[in-house]
Amino acid sequence: MQVDLRILRFDPERDAAPHWESYRVDAEPMDRVLNLLISVKADQDGTLTFRRSCAHGICGSDAMLINGRNRLACKIRVDQLGRKITVAPLTGLPVMKDLVVDMDGFLAKYRSVMPFLIADTPPPERERRQSPADRARYDDTTKCILCAACTTACPSFWAQPSYVGPAAIVNAHRFIFDTRDDAGDERLEILADKDGVWRCRTIFNCVDACPRGINITRAILEVSRAVVERTV
Amino acid sequence: MRIDHDALVVGAGGAGLWAALELARAGISTGVLTKLYPTRSHTGAAQGGVCAALGNQEEDHWEWHMFDTVKGGDYLVDQDAAEVLAHEAIETVIELEHMGLPFNRTPDGKIDQRRFGGHTRNFGEAPVKRACFAADRTGHMILQTLYQNCIKAGVHFYDEYHVVDLLFEGGEGGDGGRAAGVVAYRIADGELHTFGAKAVLLATGGNGRMFSITSNAHSLTGDGMALAYRHGIPLEDMEFYQFHPTGIYGIGILLSEAARGEGGTLLNSEGERFMARYAPKAMELAPRDMVSRAIYLEIRDGRGIGPKKDYVYLDVRHLGRAVIEEKLPDITEFARVYLGVEPLTEPVPIQPTAHYAMGGIPTDLRTRVVRDEMNTPVEGLFAAGEAACVSVHGANRLGTNSLVDLLVFGRRAGREMTAYCRAATLPAIAPAVEEPVRAELEALRTRPDGESPSALKDDLATLMMDNVGVFRTAPMMAAAVAGVAQIKERYTRVRVRDTGRVFNTDLLEARELGYLIDCAEAMATSAISRTESRGAHSRDDFPERDDVNFLAHTLAYRGEAGPSLRYKPVTITRFEPKPRVY
Repeated sequence: MQVDLRILRFDPERDAAPHWESYRVDAEPMDRVLNLLISVKADQDGTLTFRRSCAHGICGSDAMLINGRNRLACKIRVDQLGRKITVAPLTGLPVMKDLVVDMDGFLAKYRSVMPFLIADTPPPERERRQSPADRARYDDTTKCILCAACTTACPSFWAQPSYVGPAAIVNAHRFIFDTRDDAGDERLEILADKDGVWRCRTIFNCVDACPRGINITRAILEVSRAVVERTV
Repeated sequence: MRIDHDALVVGAGGAGLWAALELARAGISTGVLTKLYPTRSHTGAAQGGVCAALGNQEEDHWEWHMFDTVKGGDYLVDQDAAEVLAHEAIETVIELEHMGLPFNRTPDGKIDQRRFGGHTRNFGEAPVKRACFAADRTGHMILQTLYQNCIKAGVHFYDEYHVVDLLFEGGEGGDGGRAAGVVAYRIADGELHTFGAKAVLLATGGNGRMFSITSNAHSLTGDGMALAYRHGIPLEDMEFYQFHPTGIYGIGILLSEAARGEGGTLLNSEGERFMARYAPKAMELAPRDMVSRAIYLEIRDGRGIGPKKDYVYLDVRHLGRAVIEEKLPDITEFARVYLGVEPLTEPVPIQPTAHYAMGGIPTDLRTRVVRDEMNTPVEGLFAAGEAACVSVHGANRLGTNSLVDLLVFGRRAGREMTAYCRAATLPAIAPAVEEPVRAELEALRTRPDGESPSALKDDLATLMMDNVGVFRTAPMMAAAVAGVAQIKERYTRVRVRDTGRVFNTDLLEARELGYLIDCAEAMATSAISRTESRGAHSRDDFPERDDVNFLAHTLAYRGEAGPSLRYKPVTITRFEPKPRVY
């Protein structure tokens, strides 16, 4: 089958502003959008620029706006999209070139929630024990691959770019609800800030966008509840 | 621009991150250079687990793990290295847990463990539960945990810096020179930066992209191996390349051995569990080289499935929904997304996929790069993980041992480099030392006409898949040697289409193709010269292992007229070579 692929292009060395370009691509229904992008780059326009690495949804390099929703290009198939496909960079992060956005601000927010285990007690000789039930408490939020699909799908983030955003809260959740961690209060303090959890309006765009199927809104609500319980 | 650190780590997968963590905790000024973002590294794709003889589920001993590693590697493993691997795996996994890794747990709260191919109790008696795991995203959790701890320790990251050359002081790396730093291309703006350092770690991963069906990320183009090779350092045991049995048909994405560890079976077109004829005791949990060969033979003998009769089935239906969804969620999703197959109710089409380089940059137990058969170290240069060959995998790597390798030896590299940096002085770097690589990149970027690098890359990948794959013969490998030489010649005329400076991935992909060609050259020449079958190197014309002539590691040195080969002995300590039966 043939697909009409429209891509929002921008080359800072040539273009004053982004513009749409159209490509006709031969595709199979089971092809993913990444296959189409690679095909355009190989056969039609070698200047087309996008990030990619693992090509099977685990490295998080190729999140982009595909037919109006944030998706990993390597995980969304042609048969799920139809013959007309539009691709644009993630919304709300500076575009460096074509589909490549500047991730520095996003990663700074991730770092701001202290995304690492802090245990006050010295480690025992063997593993710290944790029951399967306690382990299950934060299982969902360990799946995050930092692709930025959730944060850049969030209207609250678009309206207020200083909002820490769903991805950072997901990663805070992963530690706040880990029984081995002792720094939950400090993280809750950070997230009680005006740019923390309260900016979430439970719009659920993040849940729709997450390629890992994380129930992000639920995670944010759990963190919000913890913030209330500790500060009220 | 010129930037100095005491230590540089090239590559931010498991090995690089753990080394950087050790260095930063010791107060050594360290820069990590990665052409991706650290969490994009391919360590994150590892699914099934990391083996360590914790004995949490049943009796286990590191000596058993060591034996399995040696036997799995068809006795080409250096046994002193296998001892380090199996012994230090235990403290390494415990330390990872202390760092926060969310392992699955036993009912009493310990790290849960499961079976994996080739891992046995009591020197081969029966499968043992040795693989520690976090669902089927163990590698993802390792990568995240190490990155998180690097942030905590204040490691300095240079994200999206593509290392394009290695620097030496006092001669080439292969000729007595000492590591002095690297040249890196900043992808954001195309600027070259010269990094000076006392110690440099190559932790750049594998080179699976030289094959057309591969589980490897697009980024796995053998950069570190090729750069070392270009500076006179040999590549060791390049002919040993692992084809994983269960790649998704037609695409190569991996379905973890965990599926078989949990009880998944392999079926041919007659619905037969054919592994009974190849490994009656271990069945589907035989080592990967044997399972991949069995699949190849079933297909060759007409028992493949599908219109082209070129795949077999992986069947997990009998495991039930609970096991599949709790312990194999990612694998299940891969089958659904990439094949449109529902593993709860349908068997999954699979074929062997190019997966892992057992060979690489030769190192000693201290992770120091060595340059000859006497193990003479290259001062200041270190390597760990898939890019390195220490050699713990010999002729065939066991499942999970890639993660064990990169953790144990990444950790060792960090400690070794710390000690080295404390004693060493900063080497001198001549001005304009980046000019040769700048000229190479500019020539590539501005060549007015020539052929497309992506078409040439496809030719290389098809050539290697067809001729240096699961089964090999002399005519096939001769075709590969000649074909790679032709591709190398054509490569001098490739033309990139993007002539810009900002985020020029067209240029970098062309550069990476050059690395793949170097690795393919070393692989094809090493393979045709080994006239025996051992582990993953399996020849129709020499079907037997030949310990008299080939109980030895290959060292391939780069030369104008093609690689020249030397051999070094295998270190044997506890286990005399025996026939390998499962």
